[in-house]
Amino acid sequence: MAFTFAAFCYMLALLLTAALIFFAIWHIIAFDELKTDYKNPIDQCNTLNPLVLPEYLIHFFFCVMFFCAAEWLTLCLNLPLLAYHVWRYMSRPVMSCPGLYDPTTIMNADILAYCQKEGWCKLAFYLLSFFYYLYGYGFIFTSCSSALRINDSHRALVFYLRMSNM
Amino acid sequence: MSAPGFTNLGSSVSYSQNSTPNGGAAPPYQNGPAQTYPSMYPPTSYYGAPPQQQSYPTIPAHSTSVPSKAPITNSAHSANYYQNNHQPQQQQQHHHPAQHHVAPSPYSAPPRSAPPSQPYATLPSSAPPPSNTQYNQQPFQQQHPPYATPGSYYGQQSYHAPPAQHPPQQQQQQQQQSSLVPAPASGPGAPLYPIVSYPSAPGSSQYGTLSSSQSTSTSGVMPLHMGAPLHQYSTSQPASTTPVQPGYGVAPPSQMAPTVNGQGSTAQTTVHQHYDQSHQAPQSYDSYGRVTHSAGGADADRPPSGTPSTSVHSSPGHHQGMQYGYVANSGASSASAATSGPAAAPSSSSSDDDDDEEEEDEEAGGDTSSSTTGSASPVPNSYDSLEGGSYPDSMPPSNDMTNQAQPYGSYGYPNMQPAYRQGPASHADASPTHDLYGQASYQQYSQPFPNLSQLSAALGGLSGVPELEVEALRPVNLLQERNLLPPRPLEAPEPNLTPDLKKVNCSPQTFRCTLTSIPQTQALLNKARLPLGLLLHPFRDLQQLPVITSNTIVRCRSCRTYINPFVTFLDQRRWKCNLCYRVNDVPDEFMYNPVTRSYGEPHKRPEVQNSTVEFIASSDYMLRPPQPAVYLFVLDVSHNAVEAGYLKYFCESLLENLDKLPGDTRTRVGFLTFDSTIHFYNLQEGLSQPQMLVVSDIDDVFIPSHDSLMVNLKESKELVKDLLTSLPAMFSQSRETHSALGPALQAAFKLMSPTGGRVTVFQTQLPTLGAGKLQSREDPNQRSSTKGVQHLGPATDFYKKLALDCSGQQIGVDLFLLSSQYADLASLACISKYSAGSVFYYPSFHYIHNPAQLEKFQKDLERYLTRKIGFEAVMRIRCTKGLSIHTFHGNFFVRSTDLLSLANVNPDSAFAVQMSIEDSLADSSLACFQAALLYTSNKGKRRIRVHTLCLPVVNQLSDVYAGADVQAITCLLANMAIDRSISSNLSDARDALVNAVVDLVTAYKSNVSNLQQSGLVVPASMRLFPLYILALLKQKALRTGTSTRLDERVFAMCEFKTQPLQQLMRMVHPDLYRMDNMSDQGALHLNDTVVPQPHLLHLSAERLSRDGAFLMDCGNVFYLWIGKCCNEMFIRDVLGCPNYASVPPNMGSMQSPRATNKNPHVKPQSHIPELETPLSERVRAFLDWLQDNRAFSSTIHVVKDDASAKATFFQHLVEDRSESALSYHEFLQHVQLQMSK
Repeated sequence: MAFTFAAFCYMLALLLTAALIFFAIWHIIAFDELKTDYKNPIDQCNTLNPLVLPEYLIHFFFCVMFFCAAEWLTLCLNLPLLAYHVWRYMSRPVMSCPGLYDPTTIMNADILAYCQKEGWCKLAFYLLSFFYYLYGYGFIFTSCSSALRINDSHRALVFYLRMSNM
Repeated sequence: MSAPGFTNLGSSVSYSQNSTPNGGAAPPYQNGPAQTYPSMYPPTSYYGAPPQQQSYPTIPAHSTSVPSKAPITNSAHSANYYQNNHQPQQQQQHHHPAQHHVAPSPYSAPPRSAPPSQPYATLPSSAPPPSNTQYNQQPFQQQHPPYATPGSYYGQQSYHAPPAQHPPQQQQQQQQQSSLVPAPASGPGAPLYPIVSYPSAPGSSQYGTLSSSQSTSTSGVMPLHMGAPLHQYSTSQPASTTPVQPGYGVAPPSQMAPTVNGQGSTAQTTVHQHYDQSHQAPQSYDSYGRVTHSAGGADADRPPSGTPSTSVHSSPGHHQGMQYGYVANSGASSASAATSGPAAAPSSSSSDDDDDEEEEDEEAGGDTSSSTTGSASPVPNSYDSLEGGSYPDSMPPSNDMTNQAQPYGSYGYPNMQPAYRQGPASHADASPTHDLYGQASYQQYSQPFPNLSQLSAALGGLSGVPELEVEALRPVNLLQERNLLPPRPLEAPEPNLTPDLKKVNCSPQTFRCTLTSIPQTQALLNKARLPLGLLLHPFRDLQQLPVITSNTIVRCRSCRTYINPFVTFLDQRRWKCNLCYRVNDVPDEFMYNPVTRSYGEPHKRPEVQNSTVEFIASSDYMLRPPQPAVYLFVLDVSHNAVEAGYLKYFCESLLENLDKLPGDTRTRVGFLTFDSTIHFYNLQEGLSQPQMLVVSDIDDVFIPSHDSLMVNLKESKELVKDLLTSLPAMFSQSRETHSALGPALQAAFKLMSPTGGRVTVFQTQLPTLGAGKLQSREDPNQRSSTKGVQHLGPATDFYKKLALDCSGQQIGVDLFLLSSQYADLASLACISKYSAGSVFYYPSFHYIHNPAQLEKFQKDLERYLTRKIGFEAVMRIRCTKGLSIHTFHGNFFVRSTDLLSLANVNPDSAFAVQMSIEDSLADSSLACFQAALLYTSNKGKRRIRVHTLCLPVVNQLSDVYAGADVQAITCLLANMAIDRSISSNLSDARDALVNAVVDLVTAYKSNVSNLQQSGLVVPASMRLFPLYILALLKQKALRTGTSTRLDERVFAMCEFKTQPLQQLMRMVHPDLYRMDNMSDQGALHLNDTVVPQPHLLHLSAERLSRDGAFLMDCGNVFYLWIGKCCNEMFIRDVLGCPNYASVPPNMGSMQSPRATNKNPHVKPQSHIPELETPLSERVRAFLDWLQDNRAFSSTIHVVKDDASAKATFFQHLVEDRSESALSYHEFLQHVQLQMSK
């Protein structure tokens, strides 16, 4: 098959990163609402906290996938974020339920600003990595397919993907 | 115009009026005035001249204010206020509670009695209010002189001696009142206020007529209004109504409608005012005109005050008035005072009535209200309609009234003048305290009326502020100057504002800013290296508080700011918000000034004359009907608790204070005990004895019976008493050592969630069963570790989550921890921290072995049970555009960026707020902060207490330093350090504190100080900063190296977060005085007692001497240290012991047997024996004076030089070196070292 495991990893990462982008946008909106008084911090934390672990797990999941696929460069690019996630979750406030956000401290201006900044940074990171995965997927696919006589349509797709990535 | 005394009258009156028909009344008045003028003018000297007003206002203000306000409020809502107000007053001053109510009448009676009113006079207000009011005023004037003296604005009142006239009047009034009005039982709050009421009382008598009349009238009306809430009000209402009726009886017309009366009265008053205005108008208006127009924001306010004062000066009559006037002048304040006076009474009592709203509601309500306000008619609609059709009547009567009034007025005027003349004489009599006011007013007068900006800019220059500033900026080399302490405890620095603004600015005890000059930009703030923040004590027990009942609470349409003294009136119909600068319309209702009873003087309204006011909120401010007072007591009855023996003392204390629990007829109580199971008590009315229901399933707690566990206190009082009597014995044999605190709290939450209220938890050990169980985390070996301290944060979030649930259901949880073992306060305190409760901790509590703690427990409990309480409260803090709130400190839940949710609010907790500057403040010269606390009083009324603080904005670093408030900065830094030590670690927090000093010195050196001195140079305003920081580092909360139990450390942190500034500063840096050689030099003379004022001493052992006796005031506790060679005369005369050796080592902690034997009347406050020697009297006078305004009375410990207790005394000597901490001098050198790095 032209479809190697690495290509599969990239394709999966592409899809999952799209999901993470939505998470990040949701996060940013939520904190903006908090800042503008639209939401009660308890409700907001209750909606945000369940999303924290899934996000971290998704990211962890495709990091593991890249590790298995021996995509070392991609893994290295993701390691800082992985480490940040581990640190962030280790240093979370005392909570009995999963999550990061404590409604009693979330309104503290420092924490609020930090969370907002974190949201924007993550959004940027996920967007960049989305295009990186797209490129990686195309690159691997091309190299595989060239070796295995891939049909034109595939080649055209890869070309298109490359172009869009420019 | 309004500024003058009228405002005062108006304020009180106005309230009632406001609520009702002001609008309607006004028109007639206008008509009237024209007519009346001629006649009036003669009096004019009196009225016409601003002075008159001033004079009136002043006196009236005080007196009136109290009564009037009360009445007003009452009128709106209830007898309660009256009763409350009166009660306190009565108690203190007058024996008869009724008198106060009556009081008004008396006032009115004497002069005006002539007309209709003997009855009226008392009731005057009621029926003929308008006329009466006039009368009242007139009489007032006459009477005033005497009263005037009394009518000191704030607490000075006490000084004033009542005139001879009073007695008869009072008696009459009393009689009337007594017959008419049953004296209400004083609420718990009432006692606090009595002082206020006194002053007011006298004044009230004068003003009282007005106010009372109003109030009565209103009250009469009120009942009707009350209709719905009757239960709550019923007690008070009846009383009020009855009195009113008699009054009405006299005057049929008045009977028409109390409201009408109120209107009428107002109308009359207005008429007078109009006249006045006409007279004044030329003068005052012009002045106003300038002011208002010119003024950007505060200007409007200022002008009035200024004018009155000027007027005073100008006319002799005014001078007379001055006496009165000074009060009045002194402020808008006087006017406000008047309002406040009434309010005060109410306020104290006020706790009784109120309506709260949620903020959101408030806002909505505000909008609606504002819309309603627009038309005069709306006003009547809301209340009048409620009252029951009084409204329609009111209109006609008011007209009649006005007519009648005029005649009266004429009478009154002649009288008045004499009175004024008398007034001056009285002034002479007036106590020195007056001088203060007088001066203030004079200054105002003397000043021209520049624009606000000019004013603010020039303020410093005019009144000697520059000198202050220079003094504050004087560079102080800390390494050279040894004597830094002022002779008397440090006062809050005064903001560099115009005298006018200063006068109306919020009291520093309530509202304080770390920088009294706000830097223009964040960059400037950063350069100064000082924190910007507010310290708030919003629900403080106030002696005077204007309570405003108005259909329309005037608020800015865009930012929802409440109208306040610092807004600008662009013209008669528009005002400009001082926070967001939006231009708003002045609603019609607001055009009428109840204090002066004039129309068209919105800037004289009490809201605009007082920076602290309380509004009775309408239903717009409620999300649900106001809750009743509900108290649940959750008691630990495990073996440990029985051993400690607290239960008996708790039950005794509660039995004693059962009737003083704040509340009304709806008050409900419940009890719940727990060990390894949970016990509920069925107290349903009709049972022969309390039933205990045991729930042993602590994993899934359920409530065994839903209606009978929380019972109406009134109906089930016998059962409650039964239970409290038998409770201590019931568990005396308990062998159960486990404690299921978590499940018990869950049960309490379920029990309370339908209503909300207050849960009081007594816990004596670590919770060991069920949800929320905790493990011991403290390692005793680490207690004196100099490394980080672990476990300052909670071990579980169970208590936090439960607290948030409680907060959502409006349940506040207060925790009493009486544990001799580690009980993990860090986790347990969360239950109070986030539900806006309070935490009390008694380490090593034992009823036999630790009498000192027992005594403290009993005292605290008494205060706790009887103090005011507000339910379902929210507090919003607004600030001038450009400033924003960074972080809150205290016990609460932050619901949005500027909104605190407070399930309960109590008068002893304070808050701190860190601020940041987001946008440059360059476009305004003033920065304002407004804190609005919306709560439900224990009488089921929604109320809004609004505090507004105004500060100048500066763009020079030196000005920032000149205005720095070192105490506030220290307290804010302490709060920040606590946060840091919990979120990070203790050594970080300590480093941050030291860095704060280093940064300040560095910043000052590089930016301001031109002197190239070596050493540590700081501005004089901050000279105590390093000392305070050092003291902070040596506090239990933040110290390292000294053995400190974890719970005690955590408790100290809780205290830092919630104690008001004064109390906190005494804990951090106690006041030390030498007691054995006190002289009368500089002593205060209060009433009959002489209070010596010894100088403050530095907290260093070198200031002690063996032959002296020293008193250390640590806030919660006094230490009296007796040197070995102490003068025997002192020991004998003060302690009652023959010599040093015979002083018992534990004297003071318990009432010493010796003292008790000698004199059974040992004062509860101080345990220094009451001996008849002059020295003892002076010492006790001083001690009592120190304790005067403290919520929790302090215990006094006598410490002998050789006693083991010496260590506790010496640990407070923060300037000395201790085993693990630096001395002050070493600390300075350390700072210097850090600077050079």
